[in-house]
Amino acid sequence: MKVFRILKSNIKDAFKSVFRNFSLSFASVTCTTITLILVAVAIILSANVNSFTKDLEKDLTIVAFLDRDATTEDANSLTTLIKAIDNVDKNNIVYEDKEEVKANMQKESETFNSIMSSWTAEENHLQSLFTIKVEDVTKISETAKKVAALPKVDVVKYGEGMVDKLVLVFNTVKKASIVIVLSLVLVTAFLISNTIKLTIISRKTEIEIMRLIGTSNLVIKLPFLFEGFVLGVIGSIIPIFITIYGYIIAYDKMGGYVFSKIIKMINPNYFIFYVALILLGIGSIVGIFGSYRAVRKYLKI
Amino acid sequence: MKLIEVRNCYKVYKNGVTALANFNLEIEKGEFVFVIGASGSGKSSLVKMLYREEKPTKGEVIVGGVNVAKLKNRKVYKFRRKIGIVFQDFKLLPRLTVYENVAFGLENIGMKENEIKEKVAKALTRVGLKEKTRCFPNQLSGGEQQRVCIARAIVNEPKILICDEPTGNLDPDLSKEVVEVIEEINKTMGTTVIMATHDKEIVNKMKKRVVLIENGVLTGDYLKGRYKAHEGV
Repeated sequence: MKVFRILKSNIKDAFKSVFRNFSLSFASVTCTTITLILVAVAIILSANVNSFTKDLEKDLTIVAFLDRDATTEDANSLTTLIKAIDNVDKNNIVYEDKEEVKANMQKESETFNSIMSSWTAEENHLQSLFTIKVEDVTKISETAKKVAALPKVDVVKYGEGMVDKLVLVFNTVKKASIVIVLSLVLVTAFLISNTIKLTIISRKTEIEIMRLIGTSNLVIKLPFLFEGFVLGVIGSIIPIFITIYGYIIAYDKMGGYVFSKIIKMINPNYFIFYVALILLGIGSIVGIFGSYRAVRKYLKI
Repeated sequence: MKLIEVRNCYKVYKNGVTALANFNLEIEKGEFVFVIGASGSGKSSLVKMLYREEKPTKGEVIVGGVNVAKLKNRKVYKFRRKIGIVFQDFKLLPRLTVYENVAFGLENIGMKENEIKEKVAKALTRVGLKEKTRCFPNQLSGGEQQRVCIARAIVNEPKILICDEPTGNLDPDLSKEVVEVIEEINKTMGTTVIMATHDKEIVNKMKKRVVLIENGVLTGDYLKGRYKAHEGV
């Protein structure tokens, strides 16, 4: 088949030319490698941050403490009122009266247990409470305000502050890494483009002859695009291995958690192979883009 | 039938040099024409326009029905496939064998393997290089290299063969050998041949139509064998 023959000779030429301009090829490959390692780190970090903030958001709840004199009847009527507020997840409203709260607290800690075990029902100064989940976490503060406005509700608490700050920090990190990665990608494309330029210059006579005997422009240009592609692919080999093995080792060493049980890492299965595919994709696209730029600029046909 | 027509053609280079001025030329199918003139006379510009390496500044250059002046850059390669070109410096690809060099153009058109084999063998036989198919260009003599170049030019049986000083790099004996091969092609295949040269000996011996260019102007157009009387150049 003609197409396969052309493809085969193109790939062969591309590899040959990569080794012929070794120093510059090496520079572009190294640059691609470094860029892609950073890209991998950025992707893994942001994916993990995304997944764990989602987990956190899922657990984000409004806790409404009732007045101390609130009765069970009050609680019942409040349940209907809370259900009427939009954005409240109607199946996730849990009521605990103060006796239950006391029992729960005793279970949680030995100190609480020793203090509270002597309390009688009258001495129990804890407040009955509602645990309410919402459908849209971004509107949690509005919903919390509405709950606070209901009768017999004393104080409303939700995980404000801490989560917001955490997300903000991670977002800043994400944005900074995007800027760094993008500029590195540009530098890589430029280096590859320069490498291809050298190849074009070194094959000037050959190109001229091909033109003169009626070789189509595509057949002339294709080997150079292939060379860029090959550079990009070679550059993505090391980052791919680092990502796959590095992440799996890290995951195993830390048992799937960072710092504490709250921050859960994404399971490496599948996820890590998607990342590898993305790296390969970025590497080859940057390579082709760089060589395309050189071909456009220096290969006048 | 006119295969090549040059009408009121001007070629002015960017640096202001006028290579051709109001140039007119007609070449019939099957003719063998020498284009002669001193260095810098404009004969190279004329020949280069015929294979669209240069574009005329003004006027028309029609080769095989194609107006070269209006040919778009991206369509040039298709035009070049229809003509054969022989260069002074051979322009063979050094990394390819004789066979591959000749087959190169055919492979680009996507011709079938069998057909390519047949055509290349035919062309190489015609130029007398059948035994050297596996050699690389640097293993051949200048004359042989030029004959490979001719084989490459005629392998797809073009109607026109443009030779840009094909003997410029060869000694007289080899020149004779190369020109004889070209003449043979002209006779047996009916290919129209335009050969730019400043090799007087060959021009005198061959007795073909001669077009004389001086300072970018056509100063003489001598029919077959008439040129010998004028030894002015």
